[in-house]
Parts: sequence; C-alpha cells; structure tokens
Amino acid sequence: MSYSTEFAAVIAGCLATGAWAETVAPTAVAYGEYGEVEMSLTGAPGDNANGMVVMTNRGKGNCIACHQVTALEEFPFHGEVGPSLDGVADRWTESDLRGIVANAKMAFPGTMMPAFYKTEGYIRPGDDYTGKAAQEPLAPILTAQEVEDVVAYLMTLNESN
Amino acid sequence: MKTYAFAALIGAVAMTPAWADEEADLVVNGDLEITVRAPAPDHVPMSEVLSGWVFRSDETQALQMDDFDNPGMIFVDDAIETWSTVEGNAGESCQSCHGDPEKMAGVRPVYPKWNEEAGEVRTLAMQVNDCRETRMEAEPWGYTSGDMANMEALLASVSRGLPINVATDGPVADAWALGEELYYTRTGQLELSCANCHEDNYGNNIRADHLSQGQINGFPTYRLKNAKLNTVHARFKGCVRDTRAETFSAGSPEFVALELYVASRGNGLGVEGPSVRN
Ligand code: HEC
Ligand code: HEC
Repeated sequence: MSYSTEFAAVIAGCLATGAWAETVAPTAVAYGEYGEVEMSLTGAPGDNANGMVVMTNRGKGNCIACHQVTALEEFPFHGEVGPSLDGVADRWTESDLRGIVANAKMAFPGTMMPAFYKTEGYIRPGDDYTGKAAQEPLAPILTAQEVEDVVAYLMTLNESN
Repeated sequence: MKTYAFAALIGAVAMTPAWADEEADLVVNGDLEITVRAPAPDHVPMSEVLSGWVFRSDETQALQMDDFDNPGMIFVDDAIETWSTVEGNAGESCQSCHGDPEKMAGVRPVYPKWNEEAGEVRTLAMQVNDCRETRMEAEPWGYTSGDMANMEALLASVSRGLPINVATDGPVADAWALGEELYYTRTGQLELSCANCHEDNYGNNIRADHLSQGQINGFPTYRLKNAKLNTVHARFKGCVRDTRAETFSAGSPEFVALELYVASRGNGLGVEGPSVRN
C-alpha cells in the first residue's frame, strides 16, 4: 500500500467512525476476564439520544429485534430471544455493558447475541444483507461512537427511571 | 412490583404482532387431516416437531384450510396444464410417462432421495429437470423459477397429508452429515446458525417475526409477503442472507444436502404444499 492510499484509508476510517486518534480499533479492544471493556472506545462520552436511535434502527443495532425494553415501547415489535433490558444498568457496570455490546461472546460464551464491534474471524462473511461474499476485514456493525452511544443509553435503564 | 409486572405483561401482549393458535389442528376442506405435530425423530434434539403452520396467525392458518382460499392452489392448476403439455424434441409430456398427476402420490414425502443410476442425492427439482432434459429433451427450468415452483406445488398437493419420510443413512449418509454440519454452522457477520433461530428459539418473536422450527413439509409456500410461491432453496437463501453471510446458490450441493437434512428433521409431519405463510 502506498503512503497516500494508506493515509486515505486512515482518514476514511476516522470519517466513518466520526472519531479521532483515540479510537480503539475493533481488533485492539482490551477485554477483561469477564468480557468487560474499561476504556471508552472513543475517549469521548456517548450520546444516549443517538444510542436510542441505534438500538431501534434495523440497519444499526436492531437490539429490540431480540430484547424487550419498556422505555422503547413506542417503537413496535420487541423480540423475545434475549432477556429484557429493563434495569440493565443495575445489573451491569458501564465497562460490562461496553464489552457486551462490542462482543457479547466474551461475557457469554456461545451466546446468540451478535458482536457489534468486530471485523474478522467470520465464516462466509457477506456484504451486508446482499447474500454476496465480502472480504475481511468487514466494517464493524456499529462504529466506536455508536457503541459508546448505546452504552450511554443502556446506562439510563435503571429501576429508578 | 406486582403492578409493574402486570404492566410489562400488557406491554408484551400489545407488542405481539398477531396471535397464533399453536394448539390448532390442520384439516383441509373439512376432511383432509394433516399432521402438524409429531414426535421428534431420534436425530432431532427437540421433544416434538411442529409445522410452520402452527406458528402462523389465525387468519393465515385459515387460508390453508380451504383450497378455494389458498392462493397457492391457482399455481397447482397452472401446473396441471403443464403436466399434459408436450414440450421438447422427444414429443413427450409428464403425462405421457407418468399418467395422471394423482399417480405421483407418495413421491414428494421421500425426496430428496438417492438416485442409484446417477449416483447422487436428488431433490424433486433435480428430478423434474432430469425428466425434462433426458426424457422430454426440453430445456431445464430455473431451479427456483415459477414453472418449477408450480410443478413442485402440484407434486406436493397430490401427496398432501402423507408423512414426510426421507432417508438419513445408507447412500445419503454423507450428504445428510454435510447438511447437519451446515445447519449448526454459525455464518455471516451476525454469526447465526439455522439452529440458533429454529431450534433454540422457535416460538419466540424475533422483532415482528414469530419463529417456527423452519420445517419444509409445507413447501412450496405461498407467502403473503411476496404474493407468490416460494421454493425451499429460495427460502434458505433468504435466511442465510439475513445472517449477513454469503449464501450458497440454489441447487448447489450444499443446499441439496441442507434440504435433505432439514427434510429429515420433519420426518413424520404431513406434506402440506402448497402451504400459506406470511
Ligand atoms: C440476535 C439476538 C440479539 C441481538 C440482536 C442483541 N442481543 Fe443482547 N442478548 C442476546 C441474548 C441471547 C442475551 C443473553 C446472553 C446469554 O446468551 O446468556 C443477550 C444479553 C444482553 C445483555 C445482558 C442482559 C442481562 O440482563 O444480563 C445486554 C446488556 C444486551 N444483550 C444488550 C444488547 C444491545 C445493546 C444490543 C444491540 C446493540 C443487543 N443486545 C442485540 C441476544 C441479542
Ligand atoms: C436470524 C434468524 C434466522 C436464522 C439464522 C435462520 N432463519 Fe429461517 N426463518 C427465520 C424467520 C424469521 C422465518 C419466518 C418465520 C418462520 O417461519 O419461522 C424463517 C423461516 C424459515 C423457513 C420457512 C418455514 C415455513 O414453515 O414456511 C424455513 C424452511 C427456514 N426458515 C429454514 C432455515 C434454515 C435452513 C436456516 C439456516 C440455513 C435458517 N432458516 C436460518 C429466521 C431465521
């Protein structure tokens, strides 16, 4: 790769994630013993309003496809595949939740929940929902900032809310 | 706490898209009973196998209980025309070799099956195209084409109610094992296998979809969503695509193997095609 294409790729990466030098690459995320991730992936705080958009948007997190969330009742059709996320901030720390969203298989081996911040190690990876082949590394399903936004939203799901 | 749980329950009910009567029995035209629940075959790690019909809404279930309401039956009529139409250089039709379509009762439930001469596992679609090419000297149909789906609907309809009974061992053992492996392999960026949705989560909603066991005793299925007959391999493609994976192609050895394996998971269920699904 020439210097200029490499540079262009880095810029493109930054634009895609909307973040700067602090962004932790999907392959560099440090998971703790229980799958937790201490450090923010962007160094910037998450935006819980955007987190709500990501959680409910089919093309993004689509979390409600599998999880029921009472606070998101206005968005129809919540799934029953995973546990309800009500009160999830009382059960898990921010680091735990970051790890679960980035790659839930670190916390729950073999879980059905997809990894949202992972780019390689797939079997027959496809190009989005086209059914066509794609070359790894793929773009992660969520950007670093989107993961932080979702974590910020999840942190609002406590019993007192 | 009690009121909270109650509110959550109401919420869940309100969010359920359509209510399905999972206890209902399937009787077509008031007299043709079709087995939609059967004891699981030994190789299936579930207590019971269930047709996709039991997971559908009351309205969708009803459409399949009367042939006048079943939109799939129109395509059966089309295929009856085709059955007796001479095509190709040999001057033959399906009828000239096989007689009336009703004579084909008992064929659908045992496919895919081993073809000794060809030394291969054949799906019904492969067999139909083999007849077209070698006996009729006609062009083969596209694997998931409308013509093929219609003919499969006719062949299924004359076997309705007969129990699915495909072989799992003997000469098909290798293909069956490949199918089993594919069924449990977690593919694509979502890393999901057929089993994740159809074995571990049948009966649960995934967003607005009520997950069934992904059985194929009802194929081809008329889907209200796309208003046409859908073939098994087209359905497989859709499900694999939804895991953000590269799909196999219709008619590929992988999908033939997967079809054999999935069919065997429904051994004991009645043939339903053309069925109605959403
Ligand atoms: C395809 C299904 C699926 C999707 C999509 C999904 N999850 Fe999950 N999730 C699960 C399952 C299953 C579990 C239970 C973990 C296990 O396997 O033991 C889980 C567990 C969790 C937990 C821990 C809950 C608890 O109380 O222990 C959190 C938090 C969570 N998911 C958040 C999310 C978020 C946020 C998203 C979207 C960005 C998401 N999930 C998308 C299936 C899913
Ligand atoms: C992410 C979840 C998911 C995965 C993974 C999945 N499916 Fe499905 N499948 C569905 C949904 C949703 C439907 C429509 C509702 C239903 O019938 O279950 C469906 C329907 C089907 C049907 C139609 C059943 C009928 O009665 O009409 C078949 C057959 C099927 N799937 C087979 C498979 C096979 C084989 C695989 C693996 C290659 C697979 N599915 C993987 C979600 C999934």
